[in-house]
Amino acid sequence: MSKKVKYDTDKGGYQTQVLIKSTLIYVVLILLTLICLVPIWILIVNATRTTDEIIKGASLIPGTNLFANINTLNTDMLYNVFYSPLRGMFNSFIIAGSCCALTVFFSGLTAYGIVVYDFKAKGPMFVFILAVMMVPSQVTAVGFMKLLVDWELLDSYVPLILPAIAAPAIVFFMRQYMLSSFPLDIIEAARIDGSSEIRTFLTISIPMMKPAFAVQAIFAFISKWNDYYNQSLVLVSGNKEQLTMPMMVQKVVSIDRTADYGANYAAIFLSIIPVVVVYLVLSKFIIGGVAAGGVKE
Amino acid sequence: MATAAQRRIKSVSYAKYGYLFTAPFFIVYFIFMFWPLLQTFILAFYGNGVGEKLDAAGTSINCFVGTQNFKTILVGGTDFLSMGAHDDFFQYFKNTIIIWVGNFFPQIALSLLLAVWFTDLRVKMPGKGFFKVVMYMPNIITAASVAGLFMTLVGDSKYSVLNVFLMNRGMEEPLQLATGEWSSRFIVMFIQIWMWFGNTMIMLMSGIQGINESLFEAAEIDGANSTQTFWRITFPLLKTIMVYTLLTSMIGGLQMFDIPFMFHTGNIINQYLATVAVFIYDKFHKNYMSPSYGYSAAASVILFVITSILGALVFWVQRDKDAMELAKKRRQAVKEWKRKQKRGGGFSI
Repeated sequence: MSKKVKYDTDKGGYQTQVLIKSTLIYVVLILLTLICLVPIWILIVNATRTTDEIIKGASLIPGTNLFANINTLNTDMLYNVFYSPLRGMFNSFIIAGSCCALTVFFSGLTAYGIVVYDFKAKGPMFVFILAVMMVPSQVTAVGFMKLLVDWELLDSYVPLILPAIAAPAIVFFMRQYMLSSFPLDIIEAARIDGSSEIRTFLTISIPMMKPAFAVQAIFAFISKWNDYYNQSLVLVSGNKEQLTMPMMVQKVVSIDRTADYGANYAAIFLSIIPVVVVYLVLSKFIIGGVAAGGVKE
Repeated sequence: MATAAQRRIKSVSYAKYGYLFTAPFFIVYFIFMFWPLLQTFILAFYGNGVGEKLDAAGTSINCFVGTQNFKTILVGGTDFLSMGAHDDFFQYFKNTIIIWVGNFFPQIALSLLLAVWFTDLRVKMPGKGFFKVVMYMPNIITAASVAGLFMTLVGDSKYSVLNVFLMNRGMEEPLQLATGEWSSRFIVMFIQIWMWFGNTMIMLMSGIQGINESLFEAAEIDGANSTQTFWRITFPLLKTIMVYTLLTSMIGGLQMFDIPFMFHTGNIINQYLATVAVFIYDKFHKNYMSPSYGYSAAASVILFVITSILGALVFWVQRDKDAMELAKKRRQAVKEWKRKQKRGGGFSI
């Protein structure tokens, strides 16, 4: 009997304990949420205010000056020599979009080739892909630059887009995905029905691997949109018609004689807005993709 | 399962598709990545001058100089310029390590704590998805924009958000956080944590979810509290994934470029933030009309060697122990069988 009573009080203690713990966890989580969101919120707010308002002090309530600030970016000589939001977004979109399509398609094709067919070089090929997966792009940068100079590829989009065909980490991910959830019997069935190999890949395997393709497409797009390193290697002359969003922002950030703070904020704001919107819409896939280990930075 | 004969037939008719489908990948890889990698290794043994311009040692990109670039970077040179390269490299290497250590350990502690909380069976947590989405968000924002964002928040200008706030409350001079030695490093460490903790947290969470749930239930029934559960179950079983995170983060840390490179105004990179990747970039690209390919390439080779060692460790940690044990047993069995065969053969003669 005494045992039972003790158990009951224990249970009460346990519940209070859980309650205290949950409260503590929520306090920390809300704090971290604020740390994550407040800088971005201040940015958004200041992008909508005039320079005078910004100098007066921080605020959490948006102003009404957003379009005037964007207009300053387009008309002020200090900015419009290298910053043009529409041009930058368009350029970034062209690069990220083509890279994304090439990466996903050719990684899928390569993984398919390695998984489905039996050929002598299959093993060595896979070992090679594993081995080069972690070679950092900084290591190849010097030789890459030499190649660009020798082949006169500077200030061209070709060396930014074409290498997207070869993405070892994504091939590896696709291979793992195919091995775990792609029944090879279906290929035999397609062959018996008279489908050509490439048609089998296009019409049967791509639709079946849609989840893997979708996740990799999102990540390829975002990482190419954000890729400052390679873009600044290739686009050396800084021609405004060619610059991408990250390069334009970098130039805005490094101006040291800023006249218009509202415009400065608006420039940064415009560069993050597309990514944040895409992220919020697709966040379910993105978080799932990170959890699946499909992301190699 | 296909029999050996079936496999052989299949390989006769379809092998060419295997080569065909993988060809684009390998062609592009060899042109745009493997060839540049080889070039980097070759350039590391050549001089620094380009074309007519010669470097201080009177060599150019066409002169083979042996290990001179490595000597200059690691030991130091005789003239002013090469001494500068040596000092820079070590300063930047030190910066890289300081910033990496200062961001990795707080980050993994925070991520681990959050991952344990998010996967705790006992705590009911509405809004879990929301928190995950918010915490991962800084990771997808362009690094250039993040650098700009923090520059406007805590930069040296008297109109940065922090300085406006403090000066409105009576401070005389604006704080110079973005150029100070340690203050700027702390800001960059903070930015790196801010950008990456969500990513690490989600990776660790999927690691914890991979642990057999009945272990946690058993621990709860046996009356273990959260701390005991963590140190006796979660942590030991998570060790592999933690080591993996550690090593990949080290590789990533050695490549750290965007934030340290961009967290400044004007054209001069902050000397207390510049990393090895910045050294490489700076030497051959910043001044791309007269680059020092030799020093850059030599530093790249050093970086490559360190990365390869770390990468090999990753594979060693990740290796499938059961499969290897099985393969070892199989090899032993085959050896044993062969030995028996031989002995048997010997007797029969």
